[in-house]
Amino acid sequence: MNDLDDLYREIILDHYKNPRNQGVLEGPTVHAQEGFNPLCGDEVTIYAQVEDDVVVDIKITGQGCSISRSSASLMSQAVKGKSIDEVKATVSRFKRMIAVEESEGEPEEVDLRVIGELAALQGVVKFPVRIKCATLPWNTLMIALEDAQAR
Amino acid sequence: MASVEVTDQIDKLRSDFPIFADIRASRPFYYLDSAASSQHPAVVIDAMDRYYRHSHANVHRGVYGLAEEATGIYENARKHLGRFIGANDPSHEIVFTKNATEALNLVAQGLGRVLLTSESHVLLTEMEHHANLVPWMILQEQLGFTIEYLPFDAEGLLVLDDLDAMLERASILGVTLMSNVLGTLNPVAMLSERAHQHDVLVVADGAQFVPHFATDVSELGVDCLAITAHKMLAPTGIGALWARAEILDRMQPFLGGGEMISDVRLDGFTANEIPHKFEAGTPPIAEAAGWDAALGYLEKVGMATISAHDRSLTNYAMIQLQERLDDRITIFGPPDVTKRGGVISFELADVHPHDVAQVLDQHGVCVRAGHHCAKPLMRQLGVGATARASFYLYNDEQDVDALVDALLDAYRLFHD
Ligand SMILES: Cc1ncc(COP(=O)(O)O)c(C=O)c1O
Repeated sequence: MNDLDDLYREIILDHYKNPRNQGVLEGPTVHAQEGFNPLCGDEVTIYAQVEDDVVVDIKITGQGCSISRSSASLMSQAVKGKSIDEVKATVSRFKRMIAVEESEGEPEEVDLRVIGELAALQGVVKFPVRIKCATLPWNTLMIALEDAQAR
Repeated sequence: MASVEVTDQIDKLRSDFPIFADIRASRPFYYLDSAASSQHPAVVIDAMDRYYRHSHANVHRGVYGLAEEATGIYENARKHLGRFIGANDPSHEIVFTKNATEALNLVAQGLGRVLLTSESHVLLTEMEHHANLVPWMILQEQLGFTIEYLPFDAEGLLVLDDLDAMLERASILGVTLMSNVLGTLNPVAMLSERAHQHDVLVVADGAQFVPHFATDVSELGVDCLAITAHKMLAPTGIGALWARAEILDRMQPFLGGGEMISDVRLDGFTANEIPHKFEAGTPPIAEAAGWDAALGYLEKVGMATISAHDRSLTNYAMIQLQERLDDRITIFGPPDVTKRGGVISFELADVHPHDVAQVLDQHGVCVRAGHHCAKPLMRQLGVGATARASFYLYNDEQDVDALVDALLDAYRLFHD
């Protein structure tokens, strides 16, 4: 695979063209959070419905490139129905995979059974500018969940 | 099609740019991002090298020969730039800054603070770069005046229906000579004339225009002009503000420090003469030497030749993009190439500009993707980002063909 094919894997293109969990949620247990990538103008809004520390539902709106949109879509599948602690562990695994946490050094080989389809985003490691696109929805979700826990 | 002579001349001059020899030898390299920053001919690099090897000292300070030589190099660059844009008084009307952005901040803080009150209006356009928006917004927070905006239409041309009413309320008009996104060439000579009828001062952003068109500040009729060197074959780290001497005299200093004073006492300071009163601290001397050389190079090629080359290439690109990509591409800005400079922003159907730029990079085609520091303009266009190809004197039809080929590939990748 050349680097470009590695970046634009089938799953990425599929989630870009047919993003999952699109839309808006409302209600007292919904925590909405906007995120921006000032560099390229990507925008995302995450609606996380949190009940008893579990993300019972999640919806997403926004505009952005294939990487940020597919990352949001894949993320929504990966976190729906999970407890906040499980979500945090997933976020941390995801970030280690694409080597955003500096202290973690080299990108980690991830256990495919644990990370699942998210592994499709691994190709972004070779395109440092695009890492911000991939992490935008994740960082936005984390803020929404912190907000949920603080309440 | 480019005329034969112009094309011939271009073929020859690409070899003046070391980067094309260095990179093109190892991989495909189609540089279509000169609107962001242009490449350097060897004469520019050599001028800086020569300065560092033979002439470096601080300027305006030492009495020894070397310091005088460095001062001469720096001041010659100032005069050269002044002549290049038709300034009446080249040695007093050019203020060196870090870039166009700093020049516009200097006007806002230096002139705006003297001229504006909470009752004032500043008139800008919806197609300004952040560099000609945010400095005014910062000043607005300090003084509390009103900012109005001239809109643009579906072709990317300014809508001037309410111009006189807006000018009647305004004290300053800030307008770009050429949009870095739409490519639009604004009718600034006419705008200046109308503005002056209402006693409005005109601050022009020349970052995109000056590198590509013969510029004469008296013909344009503007009062201030911001310029940046790195888009006109010269180094980064230097730019300039031109303003008529009487305006510079009225302006307050913006940055304080050494060089900008004629006296400092414990109870205050007396500002230096223009232009030095705006140049606090040690300036970018080697960069000025490089800019001087770049101006000489541009003059040798001829600004009229450069504009004609840009236009024929833009025309070729518009035709190729439309013919080969058809309804798969949307091109922003004026369809009429006589109303635009060598900048083409576009959207490829259902492929985000970031992805477009990524696939193009794989083909060695360098284009910019993003909001181009013009978020209000992007909102008006109804998009979050565009991809942008821009041309300069070293580009040719091969670059355009490579662009179109790569775009077709990007389209296929996302639609198959
Ligand atoms: C129209 C316009 N104005 C201002 C600027 C700012 O130039 P600089 O970043 O060199 O200050 C740019 C460059 O991007 C521009 O295109």
